[in-house]
Amino acid sequence: MATADTTVPAILEIADDCLILGHRLSEWCGHAPMLEEELALANMGLDLLGQARALYAHAGELEGKGRSEDDLAFLRRERDYVNCLLVERRNNDFAHTMLRQLYFAAFMQPLWRAIAANSSDETLRGIAAKADKEMTYHLRHAGEWVIRMGDGTEESAARMADAVDELHRYTGELFMASAARTAAITAGLLPDPEPIRAEWEETIATVFAAAKLTAPEIRTWQKGGRDGIHGEDMGHLLAELQFMQRAYPGQTW
Amino acid sequence: MPDAPMNNSKTQHLTPLWEVFIRPRNGLHHRHVGSLHAADSALALQSARDVYTRRGEGNSIWVVRSSDIAASDPSFAEPNFEPADDKIYRHPTFYDIPDEVGHM
Repeated sequence: MATADTTVPAILEIADDCLILGHRLSEWCGHAPMLEEELALANMGLDLLGQARALYAHAGELEGKGRSEDDLAFLRRERDYVNCLLVERRNNDFAHTMLRQLYFAAFMQPLWRAIAANSSDETLRGIAAKADKEMTYHLRHAGEWVIRMGDGTEESAARMADAVDELHRYTGELFMASAARTAAITAGLLPDPEPIRAEWEETIATVFAAAKLTAPEIRTWQKGGRDGIHGEDMGHLLAELQFMQRAYPGQTW
Repeated sequence: MPDAPMNNSKTQHLTPLWEVFIRPRNGLHHRHVGSLHAADSALALQSARDVYTRRGEGNSIWVVRSSDIAASDPSFAEPNFEPADDKIYRHPTFYDIPDEVGHM
């Protein structure tokens, strides 16, 4: 078993991914294009928030310094968040949001499945078994929408193509192993992301073929999130995410 | 900011109405629970899952295009249903049930 020095930062990477993307989905509340998607987006956001909560609580326990899930979620500074850049990208339109969800779910579903099967950490295996089912649904829902918009009307196809053009360059970071993640992989806590890349590429190729979309060739992948280097939208996101705990410290409900 | 919703007639055309039926448990019937808009049956099933089964309401979903349902005409309700009202002998209420039978 690895020490908390390496396991905690590795778990926080996944927790931050889930929290930040969950928050982005919550921003659709009251703005979704139809009632049915209003509920679907909030449902998926709540799935991700639930995964983040379980991971923060577990990381706090492993760390042993008395930090609660709220401390970790709400009271860190921007540079301390280690989510990948993909999940913090703005919602933009429904096409961007669904494509971002597809990219993320196509990575997380096999990741959770591998953690559930092989992680050395029993608590993490439990969290993963539940999250695997949730991400399977996100993958299907986002995939169906990307297909329908890509192979839809002239306008929806143009919006999907724009989204691919904008977001594809952020997907490389999903498979880059930070020092913390490399240590966690060596310790048997997390799976190697490389085998997951093949599955991810196959999923995206299948969906894109049906959606009549083409993945662009990326020369330079966008990265930095795992080092706490975020885009200009991240501060605005955190301002809203953290407002309640900053304004009313220790607030519960 | 997200886009403004599409105008209604366009939304109706692209996303027709579906009726949703949920089976609460194995062995029970699917029951009508409501309706929703969706582009096709796959998305209708997903939306039905999100709209109608968030609190463990069921383990099976059916959806059917509302336009595929043939409905009785409300203006024909009297000739349809009132002739049954005075045929009380069609209800099995004229028998004494032996106590041993218990609840029926």
